Amino acid sequence: MLYRETGQFKTSYSADQAVFPIRQDLVGIWLILAFMFLVVPFTFNDFWLNSIMIPTLIFALAAIGLNILTGYAGQLSLGTGGFMGCGAYACLKLTTFFPDLNIIIVILMSGFFAAAVGFIFGLPSLRIKGFYLAVATLASQFFLEWAFGRIAWLYNYADSGAIEVPTRRIFDIAITGPHASSMTRYLVVLSIVVVLTWVASNLVRGRFGRSWMAVRDMDIAAELIGIRLLSTKLTAFSISSYYCGVAGAMMVFLWLGAAEVESFDINHSFLVLFMVIIGGLGSLLGAFLGAAFIWNLPILLRSAFGQTIDAASVEHISFMVVGALIIFFLIVEPHGFARMWQIAKEKLRLWPFPY
Amino acid sequence: MGEILHGIFINPFIEIAGAPDLFVQVLWEGFVSGTLYALIALGFVLIFKASGVFNFAQGIMVVFGALSLVGLFAAGVPAWLALILCIGIMFGLAWGVERVVLRNLVNQEPIILFMATIGLNYFLIGFGEFIFGGEPKTMITSEIGLPTGSFDFEVLGGLVSLQQIDVSAAVIAGLLVAGLAVFFNKTRIGRALRAVADDHQAAMSVGITLQQIWVIVWFAAGIVALTTGIMWGARSDVSFALSIVALKALPVLILGGFTSVPGAIVGGLIIGISEKLAEFYWGPLVGGSIESWFPYFLALIFLWFRPQGLFGERIIERV
Repeated sequence: MLYRETGQFKTSYSADQAVFPIRQDLVGIWLILAFMFLVVPFTFNDFWLNSIMIPTLIFALAAIGLNILTGYAGQLSLGTGGFMGCGAYACLKLTTFFPDLNIIIVILMSGFFAAAVGFIFGLPSLRIKGFYLAVATLASQFFLEWAFGRIAWLYNYADSGAIEVPTRRIFDIAITGPHASSMTRYLVVLSIVVVLTWVASNLVRGRFGRSWMAVRDMDIAAELIGIRLLSTKLTAFSISSYYCGVAGAMMVFLWLGAAEVESFDINHSFLVLFMVIIGGLGSLLGAFLGAAFIWNLPILLRSAFGQTIDAASVEHISFMVVGALIIFFLIVEPHGFARMWQIAKEKLRLWPFPY
Repeated sequence: MGEILHGIFINPFIEIAGAPDLFVQVLWEGFVSGTLYALIALGFVLIFKASGVFNFAQGIMVVFGALSLVGLFAAGVPAWLALILCIGIMFGLAWGVERVVLRNLVNQEPIILFMATIGLNYFLIGFGEFIFGGEPKTMITSEIGLPTGSFDFEVLGGLVSLQQIDVSAAVIAGLLVAGLAVFFNKTRIGRALRAVADDHQAAMSVGITLQQIWVIVWFAAGIVALTTGIMWGARSDVSFALSIVALKALPVLILGGFTSVPGAIVGGLIIGISEKLAEFYWGPLVGGSIESWFPYFLALIFLWFRPQGLFGERIIERV
């Protein structure tokens, strides 16, 4: 009843090619954005912003990055954590060299360094495919982890061996560092994520996205219709790494405030991969849903069991539940939340009068 | 620059010539860890061949097997009974995986099955820690009749010491592989397994039950995992850190090919020996710990020239 598109005619090409062709979707997305920008920062407390909203958004961006590579271009990657680390360390070095540069620009620029690294580690994908490639990306993960721990220049020779985030201000408002309020950080994260998601949604609909999907579906056939495998795979690796790098920079500068090598280890790569798979391969909406689910499930479990048993057992139980749920979701709906939402939408269009 | 090249290409050989006993010792260390990598890779290969599942949980099965052995012994079960019970647990695991996971995911894409095994991986980590606790434990080496102590040899004017447990690990690994080879080649079930590995549909059409084969093959991989866990646990502690080390089996798989048992063995030895040699002779040049990524790079370089691995079948692509 609510979700009926009757009477919405597309009378121009631009209407036909809109990101949200259905009016209800468009209104819905504006309502969500208004809620996120205008209501959330002023009504949610610090715990909600710091432990739920900010990390969910950051991981959603990382999941979009991995989704571009795995979901759209079909190249399985286990090196997300390493690429996120590249962004974070690049951000630290850039803001050390250019302390007066706007930190948001620095964060966006640091993604380019991650993209360069991703480009280099994407080169093997020209020769190898599938699980072999997944193992090859593990090489990047372990090499980068090693480099982050060993090269002291990267963390400015800090004694702790960790990134310590300096305070950076824009118009006298602290954006990063210990003085930044969670509200400002949330708003900055949200703005960056919204803009980059918008860019991604246009990328995957355009020439890039179409050639990625062609390569994913069958690379030989794609080559035969004139898609260059070399440039397609490498742009997928670079753009994906750019997103992961920006997510990593935001993770350290706008969320954690300090980070060691462990923040970029292989478990983070798996975490993001879970988000992508549970959310739905090849779907931007799925990246958000998957990130929200995977990140918040342990928090939910902790608050549910928290009082009755000790912390270590809660940790173990949440591992078990996450593992079991992943299997459960794969069995019930292998294409993730995004497909569930699609099915729900189909049902809603007919409800309450199904044929 | 010249100094670096000298350090990479010339110094190691001077060191080898200067202290051959050290070289032999490093070689042996590499051989031993190579055996263990090969055993983990063997578990991967068994499952991949028979069901096409890239079983990410093999590493955690190793830890889980060792952990339940130690845990049962700590609970007061005699060592021999604990060992038998562990084999039973591994069978239960295989049966459970087939019933709950594989049966419901028939005909799904490989990446979905791969993800399911990562889910299994997480489940087993949580389950194992919940029951046995997360802290590292000592393997009950002497209780299950494994030798401790070491052999010392005079080699080229120096002393090389071989831990007896390492020697027995190598021997047991050899026996296990031989046993599996006999099982695959001589028994009825083994023939069925090979048929499934060749072609699922053709195997089904001659009356082989896929589900049954999957249980058997996961059980075989479980036995291999248990053995690996015991051997590895005897060298260091039994802890969940092992499951990250077990990822080293992946470059082994790349080298050897996903579907080749001899490839897993040879690949394991190559990876084990080369990583220890690289760590010992090249590691100091760049600050050490290159063990963590060197095998992957070696595999990557190798893959560049032979994408199907050492013994893998030639990849033929059709549109």
